[in-house]
This record gives sequence, structure tokens and C-alpha cells, in this order.
Amino acid sequence: MDWFDNGWGLSLAVLAPLVGALLLLVVPRGNENAVKMIGLGFAGVSALAAIAAAVRFDYGRAADLQLGTSLNWISAVNARYHVGIDGISLPLLVLSTVVTLLGVVYSWNHWPEPHNPKGFLVLMLVLATGMAGTFVAQDLILFFIFFELVLLPMYFMIGIWGDRNQVKIPGFSRTVESRLYASIKFFLFTLFGSAFMLLGFLALYFRGGRTFDIPELISQGQAGAFTGTFAFLVFGALFLGFAVKVPMWPFHTWLPDAHTAAPTVGSVLLAAIMLKLGSYGFIRIALPILPEEARRWAPAIAILAAIAIIYGSLACLAQTDLKRLIAFSSVGHMGFVMLGISTLTPEGINAAVIGMVAHGVITGMLFFLAGSMQHRYHTREIARLGGNQKLIPILGGLLAFTAMASLGLPGLAGFWGEFMAVLGSYSPLEGLSLTVFRSTMVAGAIGTVLTAGYLLWMIQRVNLGEPKPEWTGQHFHDVDRTEMLAWAPLLVAILAIGIFPKIVFGASDGAVNALVRNAFGG
Amino acid sequence: MADYHALAPELILAGTALAVLIADLFLPKSMRRIGAAIGLAGLTATALPLITLALDGATRSMFSGSYVVDGFALALKGFFVLVGYVILLMSVNYLESDRYYQGEYYFLLLSSLLGGLVMASSRDLLTIFVGLELVSAPAFLLAGWRKADSRSNEAALKFFIFGVLSAAVLLYGMSLIYGTVGSILFSEIRADSAALIDEPAFVVGVVLMMVGFGFKVAAVPFHFWAPDTYEGSPTPVTAYLSVGSKAAGFVGMLLITYLALGEAREIWGPLTWALSAVSLVVGNLVALRQENIVRMLAYSSIAHAGFMLAPFGVAGVVAGRDLDEAFRATVIYLLLYGLMNLGAFAVVIAGAQRTGTGSISGWAGLGSYDPRLGVLLTVFFFSLAGIPPLSGWFAKFIMFRGILSGSSSPWAIVLAALAAATAVIALFYYAKVVKSVWMDPVPDSAPTDDRRTRPLAPALGLALGLTALGTVVLNSAPTGCRFRRCLQVRLRGLARALNG
Repeated sequence: MDWFDNGWGLSLAVLAPLVGALLLLVVPRGNENAVKMIGLGFAGVSALAAIAAAVRFDYGRAADLQLGTSLNWISAVNARYHVGIDGISLPLLVLSTVVTLLGVVYSWNHWPEPHNPKGFLVLMLVLATGMAGTFVAQDLILFFIFFELVLLPMYFMIGIWGDRNQVKIPGFSRTVESRLYASIKFFLFTLFGSAFMLLGFLALYFRGGRTFDIPELISQGQAGAFTGTFAFLVFGALFLGFAVKVPMWPFHTWLPDAHTAAPTVGSVLLAAIMLKLGSYGFIRIALPILPEEARRWAPAIAILAAIAIIYGSLACLAQTDLKRLIAFSSVGHMGFVMLGISTLTPEGINAAVIGMVAHGVITGMLFFLAGSMQHRYHTREIARLGGNQKLIPILGGLLAFTAMASLGLPGLAGFWGEFMAVLGSYSPLEGLSLTVFRSTMVAGAIGTVLTAGYLLWMIQRVNLGEPKPEWTGQHFHDVDRTEMLAWAPLLVAILAIGIFPKIVFGASDGAVNALVRNAFGG
Repeated sequence: MADYHALAPELILAGTALAVLIADLFLPKSMRRIGAAIGLAGLTATALPLITLALDGATRSMFSGSYVVDGFALALKGFFVLVGYVILLMSVNYLESDRYYQGEYYFLLLSSLLGGLVMASSRDLLTIFVGLELVSAPAFLLAGWRKADSRSNEAALKFFIFGVLSAAVLLYGMSLIYGTVGSILFSEIRADSAALIDEPAFVVGVVLMMVGFGFKVAAVPFHFWAPDTYEGSPTPVTAYLSVGSKAAGFVGMLLITYLALGEAREIWGPLTWALSAVSLVVGNLVALRQENIVRMLAYSSIAHAGFMLAPFGVAGVVAGRDLDEAFRATVIYLLLYGLMNLGAFAVVIAGAQRTGTGSISGWAGLGSYDPRLGVLLTVFFFSLAGIPPLSGWFAKFIMFRGILSGSSSPWAIVLAALAAATAVIALFYYAKVVKSVWMDPVPDSAPTDDRRTRPLAPALGLALGLTALGTVVLNSAPTGCRFRRCLQVRLRGLARALNG
């Protein structure tokens, strides 16, 4: 298995979907079975390669980059094809490839309008390459290209297969279909952030002796190479790029629109994986390369995270659309992730990593469920859905289970991220303002209560009670085989991570400890 | 003694242009497209000595240093030949679709290209002026080729008047510089210019030359001829104006600023900074409002002039290796922009055939009945917007790198931030076309005849294929590396001259 450990394994996980997408381009659109098999095959290869990487990974030295390679790529600018994973990237790599595969499985007989599986799968496979690539890239330019590669497919996915409701654009008198509004808003917001992020990367490149290599820049940054106004501006540029992607309050406004308008699988991929690109960027790039600035910015990040937690939960209480409610819940949950990161402690960053994975499986699952309910009821309006448990019992049960996980019930996956983030903010890194962090801790604690509140209320309104009269006499089929196939791994993961969080911590802990020790001496 | 190997490309191209004109006299009307075939063969023949010269690698200087064939000149000559190729391919069926003169068209186009080849090698004020006018004068005529259409007449007249005005301004600036320095050779101007920075006549001369070039490259505030001219001209000519003619302007600007006035950077540096900033803002903002696809591309090309000028803008505050990088950034941006903009115009020609209109809303649903054209359009427009992994992103990346290489200067940071912000604005208008093509329903007014399914002309298809390949491949694939490494080596000779 030498070839696998020398970087080919990771390259396989990242590039197999892209090859599949190119192959799909030459398959005629009419041959739907071949199209689906190719999509499934290449997504499967990618997921298997990622799982194999998890098996080959040496957990004893999780802080080191493993299974990687570094090849000459664009010599003119000294950008290299440098890939590798440590304990922080590994869980996210597995998450992204597996969720993509499950998305393909779920799509099998759930094609959104206008049909066209070929186009949909091509976009999904390109998306898969971008997402997986971001988690393995160890070169800033490679990272940036993968980070941006997800924009085009997601833009088309929302814009073509998205929701056709009319929405009114704030500040304008005319209305427009929500898919059109949401897709361009998503694209513009993200591009705005990443344009400045690229400037930040270039600034690091020039100050760091013309290299884009992330480990190299980290060692320079920890030796104190980047300081003063320069570092402040660079951190600001990186912050803009990552914060839009996470999204942190107040850059979050693209999220509810995009997640609501996207087709089911698009929402799943957006929520489960794409949001993590931002928070992963903070952990992988911003914190270790600019540790001094991370300290300086940490209180601000903590306050924004606390606002996001409270704001996201309150916004959820006001939603009437099931999918939009789940979308807003992401704002709150990513707030906990960012709160964890801002403490700059091993507990906090570990909480962020497990929070990302847990949010990935839980919210991904919630979006699957919301999509399947819309498929059956042709509405997402909470007020019309009451009594779901009686009409579609298994689906209703799964919804209740996943909502419990989402609100952080101990024993399920969502618990660890929330709990440890709040715990971490009690004692942040030495030197950070205790007043600020203890206040954010209180805000986070209130947030957990509010989260429980809106999710339980949602369950009460959707699942419980008597079915509305409009559904009498109608028959709804319960969970079918492809749905079960796509969901089972997520449900198992929710339970497994909840009971045995070492699945994630076992990989991440060593890497996080080393990161904090090297960057902050903590 | 002239070096005929070094002059072979120009001689072959001039011979081809004449051959086309003579052949046209004797050919029956039905065989007029042979002119295009002769042109393509001639361009291929022109490319051969370029390749042998590139393999040879030596810098050849002729006519006491007025005419130099080096890496930079060869790269740009190759670019002009490629542009000529694509434009010819785009033109063939366009010209046959209506009653246009053909032989004269090809003759003028090839003459204009010859001007580009001359410019790339010229190293004195007079040669560069002759080259630039050789590029422009045939283009004045080409812009009015749809002679029955009053908008085409307007296009040609506006282009002519502003072209002549800019030539006059440019020439006046050159005469002032000649008057103060006493020489037209770049090397001698460079040697004297440091001492002349405080000489008012010299400063005025430099400023006037920059204004003249500002017209040629359509930078704001010297851009107002461009949208009307672009819209009224035949589309292949518009493509040529926005790529070939603009490139000629930039070649002249690069040579004069960096080579002749390299020591007077504090005069033209701030000037180009302002030109760049204003072009970025105005070009991108006005493009947002356009409903016609060609007008939108006209403003987009003004905005791209702003991006290309940005590295010039910081040249006043950098030196040495950073200066070399700023220069290279503009050249690479120019080459990649040329390729994808040609592709965009090829798509516009094909799309106008399909939809029978040039309005963006009329293109709605194009992707549903011609997905291949839709994909090509997406590739070119998002490449122009600078979305990775398309080559337009690499161009923007190199441009940012060129700006920030002297990153300590606040001027550089402000310009880079402005370029980044306007690049995001630019996405909106490119995405508007893509949205219309893929996400909007086919309008009721769309033609229902066989226009939608009729196969594209093979020549146009070839033009689309060539440019698409370049746009997709020249970024991260290994061939792209080789191209860049090659270009880097080619530019090294010039870099030495810059710093020497």
C-alpha cells in the first residue's frame, strides 16, 4: 500500500469525483442508468479512499501531516501540489466524501425539477472534489482553488434546481424567484470574502519569503515573522473570507436564502460540509499562522459567535417554513463552533472539530428529512404539517430523533460540541478577557436553552397533534429503501459519536493539542 | 545588414496580405472565401519562423537598436498570430452571411496584424508610432464594414475621430520627448530620462503619451468611443478591437513606459494608478446596467483595461525584481484575457445566430436548446469574471501578485482592495448572462425556425474549440506550467533590460 501512503490515496479521494464528472460529460443524457452508476461509482471510490485513509492513518502521531505528498505544480509562483492530513482534517475528509456519496444514493429516485440527472451529478461530483480537496490541501493556492471550486456547482445547483417561490428583494419593489435571488446572493457573498482572502494569502506569500506552503508559513508565523499592522490586516482579510463561509453574524444573510432555496441534496451538502470550509480555514490557516492576531481577534470572534447563537435561535422561533428553520439553526450551531475556536484552548478547538462533524451529520440528516417531507406533502409550512407522526410514523420518528440530537441531548452527537464549547469559554486561553468569555459562556448557555426550545416546539407543531383536515383520505408512503440506505449511516454516526466521541477526538485531540501548544504555548 | 531570419514573420505576413488582395481580383465571386484560406495558410507560415526564432533564443537587434527580436517580442508576435487565426475563423461565415466585401476585409485584417508584429519589436518612438497606426488605420475601415447599417457607420466614424485625436496627442507627446532628449531610441531616452524628470516639457510629453495610449486601450476617462464602436461594428471586428487593437495599445504602453521611461516612473506611475482605479470602478459599475451583450462586453473590456493597468499603477513605488513582476503581470493578463475574450465573442456570434438577438434577455433558455454553447458561454464568462479554476483566475491572481509584490506601499494595498471589490461586482454582470442562459425560460418571442438546431459553421466551431481549450487548460494543467515556464524564460531577457 505504499502508493496509497505516498499521496495517491488522498489524491484518489479528491480527484476521483472530478474524473467522474468529466466522464459523465460524454455520456448521453438519455442513458440515465449509466449516468447514475458512474456518479455512484466515482463518489463511492472517493468515500472508500477516505475511509481507507482513516484506516491507514497513524493515530499515535495525529499532529503530523500524513499520507501526503508535495509535487511541483505552478513553479512560476512557487505553488505546490502539497496534500496531507492530520487529525483535524481526517474526520472532515471522511465526513465530506461519505455525505456526498449518501447524497448520490438519496438522489437515486429523488430528482428535483427540472429532472436532468446528468447535469445534477456532474455538479455534485465537482462539488465533491472541491470540498474534499479543501480539507487535504497544504498549500494556500491549492486550498484557494478547491475552496472556490465549490462556488460554480452550488450556484448552478441552487439556480437551476432550486425553489421557484416568488420572493421580494429587500429594497426593491419587484419580486423574483427565490432560486435566482439565493443563487447569486450566495455567489456574490462568498466571492467577496474570498477575494480579500486571496489578497491576504498573497501578503503572507511575499512576507514569508515567497512560499504558499502552509506548514512552512505556520513555522514562520510561530517564530514571530508576521506582526504589527501587517498581521492585523492579513488576519482581517482571512477573517472576511472564512467568516462569510461559516457564516458568522453579520455575514450570515446569504445562508437562510441559499439553504432554503437549494434542492434537498444541495442543502445537505451546503449545511453538512460547505460551512465547515470556513471554520476549518480558521483552524488550519488563520490561527496557527497568525497566533498573535488570533489572540487579538479572539474576543471579537467570541462576541460575534455569541450573537450568532442567540440571534440564530431567536430567528428559528419566528420561522414558519420547516427548511428555513433548519437553515437558521445552522447559524446558531456554527456559532458554537466559532465560540469554541475563539477560546484558543484545546477543549474549545476540540469542541469545534466535533461540533463540525456533528453538525454535518445532524443538519445533513435534518435537511434530508425536510426534503423527503416536502416530497410527500408538497409543502414545508409548519402550520400545515401537524400530526406528521400519525401520517408517516417512521419519518416522524426519525425527525424527532434527529431534532433531539440537534438540540444537544447527551448521548447523541450534538451534545459534545455545545457542551465543550461552553465549558471552554469558561476558561479561555490565558491572557484573554475573562469578562468577555464568561459573558459569551452565559450567552451560549442561554442559546442551548433556546435551541432546545425551538426544536421541541418544531417537533410539537410538525409531529404531534392531529393531522390537518386537508390530508384526510390521502395515503403517504413511509420511508423507502433508498432513503433508508442514504440515512442509516448518518443515524448510526449520530448515535456512535454521541456515545463514543473518541471516534472524532481520537484523531483530533493530538493535533489540536499540538496546535495550541505550538501557537499559543498553552 | 538586415537579419532576414528575424524579419521573416513580418515579411511573410505582408506577402500574405498582398496575395489575398491580388487573389481577390481574379477569383469568381463564389470562391471569395479562398481569401480566408490564404490568410490562414499565411498565418501558419508566419508562425514557423517565430518558432525557429524562439528555439534559437538569441536576442537579435537591428537598425541600430530600433528593431529588436527578443523573448517578449516573440511571445507577443505569437499572440497576434493566434488572434489573427481566431478572428479569421470567426469571420468566414459571418462575412458570407450577408453581402460584405471579403478580399479587402482579409487584406485589412492581415495588415492590421502586421502592425501588431511590428510594434512588438519596435524599440524607438517612430517605429512604434508607425506600428500603432498600422494597427489602427485598417481597423477604422473594418469597423464600418456593415456599410448599409447606420450604427456601423457611426461606429467607424467615432472610432476614426478618436483614433486620429489620440494619434495626434501621442505624436505631440513623442515630439516633446524627442525635443528634450534629442533621440527617439528607447535606450537613449532611458539613459537621459532620470535627469529630465523636473523638465516641464518632458513631463508634459510623458503625460500626453499616456493620454494617447489611454485612448488606444480604452481606459476611463478616454473610453467613451468604445461602447458605441463595439456595438456598431461587425462582431468579429469588435472581437479584434477588444483584443488585438487593445493588445497593441498595451504593447506600446509597456514598451514606452518600462523601457524608455523606466527611470521616470514617478511621472507615469501615479497617472496609471488613477487610470486603473477609475477604469475599474466605472467599467464595472456601468457594465451592470447593460442589456445588450456586446455593450456589456465593451464595458467589461474597459474594466479589464483597468485590471491590466493596475500593476503599472504601483510601478512608481517599486524597483528591481518587483518591477519585473509588475511588468510580467500585465503581459500575462493581456495574453490570457485575449484568449478568453475572443472566446466570449465567438460565443456571442454563435449565440446571435441561435437567438437572432443581442439582448441578454433574448438569450434566455439558450442552455436548454443548445447545452454545448451554454457550457462554452459559462466557461468564457466565468473565466472573464476570474472564477477558479479557469484561466481568468490565474490572470487575476498574477495581477494581484504584481500589485502586492511591493506590498509595503499603501497605494498598492488600496489598489489591490479596489481591484478585489470590483472583481466581485464584475461577477454580477457576467453571472447575469449565465443566469439568463441556464435559469430563465425561453422567451415567447424566440425564433421557432430551425435556427436553434442548425449546426454551427465548422470554422466558428474551431474558433470556439481553440479558445475554450486555452481557457480551460492554461491554468493548472501541466501544459499550463510549461507555457508559463516558457513565457518566464522568454521574459527574462527583457527583465534584464528593465533592471540593467
